[in-house]
Amino acid sequence: MNKTKVIVLRTAGTNCDIETANGFKLAGADPEIVHINKFLRNEKSFSDYKILAVPGGFSYGDDISAGKVFANKLKYKLKNEIMEFTKNGKLIIGICNGFQILVKSGFFPFIENKQSVTLTNNDSGKFECRWVYLKTMKGIANKIWTKGLPDVIQLPIAHGEGKFVCEKDTLKKIKQNSQIVFKYVDEKGKSSGFPYNPNGSVEDIVGITNPEGNIFGLMPHPERFVVKQQYPLWTKDKNVEPFGLMILKNAVDYAKSNL
Amino acid sequence: MEIKTIDILSASETQLQEMSKKYLLSLNLEEMLVVQKYFKDLGKNPTDVEIETIAQTWSEHCKHKTLTSSIDFNYTKIGGKPQKKLYKNLLKDTIFKITKELNKKWCISVFQDNAGVIEFDDKDAVAFKVETHNHPSAIEPYGGAGTGIGGVIRDILGVGLGAKPIMNTDIFCFGPDNYPQEKVPKGVLHPKRVFKGVVSGVRDYGNRMGIPTSNGTILFDEGYIHNPLVYCGTVGMLPKDKAFKKVLPGDIILAVGGKTGRDGIHGATFSSLSLDENVSSTVVQIGNPIVEKKVLDTMLIARDKNLYNAVTDCGAGGFSSAIGELAIFSNGAKVHLEKAPLKYKGLQPWEIWISEAQERMVFAVPKNNLEEILKIFTDEDVEATVLGEFTNTGKLEVFYDSKIVCSLDMKFLHDGIPKRHKSAVWNEKKSAVKKIKSKNLTNRLKEILSSLNVCSKEWVIRQYDHEVQAQTVIKPLVGVKNDGPSDAAVLKPLPDSDKGIVVSNGVNLYGKKDAYSMAVSAIDEALRNLVAVGGNLKKTALLDNFCWGALDTPEQLGEIVMTCEACYDMGKVFETPFISGKDSLNNKYKLGSKTVSIPPTLLISAISVIDDIKKCITMDLKKSGNPVYIVGLTKDEVLPRVDFENAKKQMTALQEAIEQKTVDSCHDCSDGGIAVSCSEMCFSGGLGMEINLKNVPAENIKSDEAILFSESNSRFIVEVRKEKEKDFNRILQGANFAKIGQVVKNKKFIVNGLRKKSVIDSDISELKNSWQKTLGNYD
Repeated sequence: MNKTKVIVLRTAGTNCDIETANGFKLAGADPEIVHINKFLRNEKSFSDYKILAVPGGFSYGDDISAGKVFANKLKYKLKNEIMEFTKNGKLIIGICNGFQILVKSGFFPFIENKQSVTLTNNDSGKFECRWVYLKTMKGIANKIWTKGLPDVIQLPIAHGEGKFVCEKDTLKKIKQNSQIVFKYVDEKGKSSGFPYNPNGSVEDIVGITNPEGNIFGLMPHPERFVVKQQYPLWTKDKNVEPFGLMILKNAVDYAKSNL
Repeated sequence: MEIKTIDILSASETQLQEMSKKYLLSLNLEEMLVVQKYFKDLGKNPTDVEIETIAQTWSEHCKHKTLTSSIDFNYTKIGGKPQKKLYKNLLKDTIFKITKELNKKWCISVFQDNAGVIEFDDKDAVAFKVETHNHPSAIEPYGGAGTGIGGVIRDILGVGLGAKPIMNTDIFCFGPDNYPQEKVPKGVLHPKRVFKGVVSGVRDYGNRMGIPTSNGTILFDEGYIHNPLVYCGTVGMLPKDKAFKKVLPGDIILAVGGKTGRDGIHGATFSSLSLDENVSSTVVQIGNPIVEKKVLDTMLIARDKNLYNAVTDCGAGGFSSAIGELAIFSNGAKVHLEKAPLKYKGLQPWEIWISEAQERMVFAVPKNNLEEILKIFTDEDVEATVLGEFTNTGKLEVFYDSKIVCSLDMKFLHDGIPKRHKSAVWNEKKSAVKKIKSKNLTNRLKEILSSLNVCSKEWVIRQYDHEVQAQTVIKPLVGVKNDGPSDAAVLKPLPDSDKGIVVSNGVNLYGKKDAYSMAVSAIDEALRNLVAVGGNLKKTALLDNFCWGALDTPEQLGEIVMTCEACYDMGKVFETPFISGKDSLNNKYKLGSKTVSIPPTLLISAISVIDDIKKCITMDLKKSGNPVYIVGLTKDEVLPRVDFENAKKQMTALQEAIEQKTVDSCHDCSDGGIAVSCSEMCFSGGLGMEINLKNVPAENIKSDEAILFSESNSRFIVEVRKEKEKDFNRILQGANFAKIGQVVKNKKFIVNGLRKKSVIDSDISELKNSWQKTLGNYD
């Protein structure tokens, strides 16, 4: 069996590792949940894997700010390994806390020394857990992550710090590069404010990729919609596709044929 | 360090009582005399460590002295003669008894460990425990509630050889959030502050642990202003062959997780006292969920490698209780307190020994496995420290820097407590029928929908991650807009199996007037909620959580006796065993010379294992044209009872009807009766309904109002799948049920009365607005 090997990278306070691994398994991959200490002690190497998933949770308690401590570990202790990994076109997905970690790590969405994007406190001022509608944007992610997804999909979010914010220039660059993957919309696909945009993200931005498209960060949880019965309306609406699984499967299929 | 000796040998009875008060021992005179005799026989005075150990181990919190006491019970039913009953041990003769009589093979471990354990499938088991953290939440709502959650999660980590927590459930009772500030007594926090603090505490601890909070309820009543109630429950999964622990002499005592500090000293004994304005908040622990999450991650690795023989949590009484209880298995332990990692210097040995600092677990590890288990913990930066070893000497021996500071006989410590004997009285009272007269029933319905105990709790639910672990298949909020009130939560805990776990609860305010009514109604409600989503009564277990105020008079104790009797009666009828429980007594507050108590409050939590989650349903209306039925009889009653035989028949038949896929949606009737239940189904589903009260099976009711708002037990509103209506009727044959209307396309809720048409006629959006506005924008 030659299944795509996926690392689900966990640490103290990670809490979506098991379902993320389950999602990748359903998507046809061979996921392995690994504690970051194993990489720090060189007991494991990134080069053995094709996809790196940074799952949700409250890494190190989200002390300082969400994902900051974990991001610093990536930035100061594992930078070379990660650079090598992404240079080869391998895939990284950061989900929720994973997205927060990525944007604070210095290599996402752009490789630069400063942090150009952040995810800050929701406008509502509190943690929100709800299902949201996402508009699939035309862009670089269509080649990998969002291939074949319908115009509007649904996924759940659960976070207190998910408001996407960046400077004007950065936003311009992100748009020019078609790096926006999803936008928060209403059931009809229109921008509609709270609660459809659950955190107040600038321009309803849900998730972005790097310019190359192989690193993807998003606030919603694809791993929480990999079987029908996770969908809140499954008792009424029987024909829904598990959109989260489609995203993970896209990644696995891409890795299989390209990496 | 300093070891004090307490001069108990020469103390008079008055001095003994003063001593109990001064050292916060919460022991009564009889108990103090037994302690005095023990040390007289030894010919020495106890050390502070020894006396504290006894007080913790004998605390109401740890020993449940009231509920296990022997009781002379005198009771009179309406129209009956006075009768007598003698209980040797109240719990054993009622709640434990029914579990024993039912003798369900799927009950694996009941009333003996940190949680009850039932079978899930061939390989796995489910553990369930509900705790209370009332006193701490009254003083420091955020910290009290957070550590309440943290504590019950550790109960699940400490059941058998450790279970993985998969769901939390939280039930709160608060004073009304709009209570006038000037009426709140000195030293008491305003209910709104308690409410917000508790919700934040549960949110921050539960979310960080990665455990979905998918079920719960909130009751508001003035009776809870001085003593709010915070019930925290956790469900866990563990392999069936890891449901029991043992400890062998020679096993290492390994303390894992948080450091020990001065927080939470005397929590166990403090919870047995009345609150007053002078209580210090050092009795409340300080929580850190990430430390607990790290313990969880690593201990499950060690469990699956079979590296330890036993584990338990440090809860009430701290090390003294955790090590003391595990030492029962081997019959002794030797502990070296100076080895315990401390948050800061300066703790006296007795403080280290009884501190309830959070996130600590104690393991019994065979010597040969020590190195391997320590590596698992240190690999993930979890602190693990050897504190000593378990022995078979029959003694609990505690050292500090090689000096012995406590040496107690295990037998005396665990069995020496004198049994309490009490008398109780109960005289059944006739419940007066409440006559409300409203001119406009639509307005009356809106008023009820917006009342605190009925209104939407979405503001709270959204703050909890109810989806983490990706197993929640029936969510707390359901319907087309994901904002309708679900009856129960359903989890699908294994990725490769469609088996599921249903969790529901029942709690009410009837305890103010009639404890028996309260208890049967709470159980009925928990079972109703469970059946409404597709639960399986044949594999349903119950948890009882008693919260009581003062228990000084035989009448007050009589209420507890009747509650226990109700548990027995309902358990027998529905064949639902009790598997775990807890009591929190003394929820009272001293206001000068007056003592205010909470209304007696029994929380029932129900858990059911089902074979196929795909057969579950939700409460939102699905399709216009579908017929609407009611199951159950509507009566004119203020303190509802349960008509045992019919209730069982109705629920079993409805369960079958849901299993046979004849039902599209179902909602139980509880607060606000038929009117509220139908309204909620309408606005959750975005569809209208028209019903005829003439068709509602009712007993002695002649007014529309009484039919609409009666809160009789064991009733459901059922949307039947049109094509399956015949099958539904066949399955329900013999039960009380009737067709009362249908789902309609226009978004209106219309009720035709006994004599008049459309006694209620309202847009469902207006009803929804009433229901949502109260706590809608709470910030």
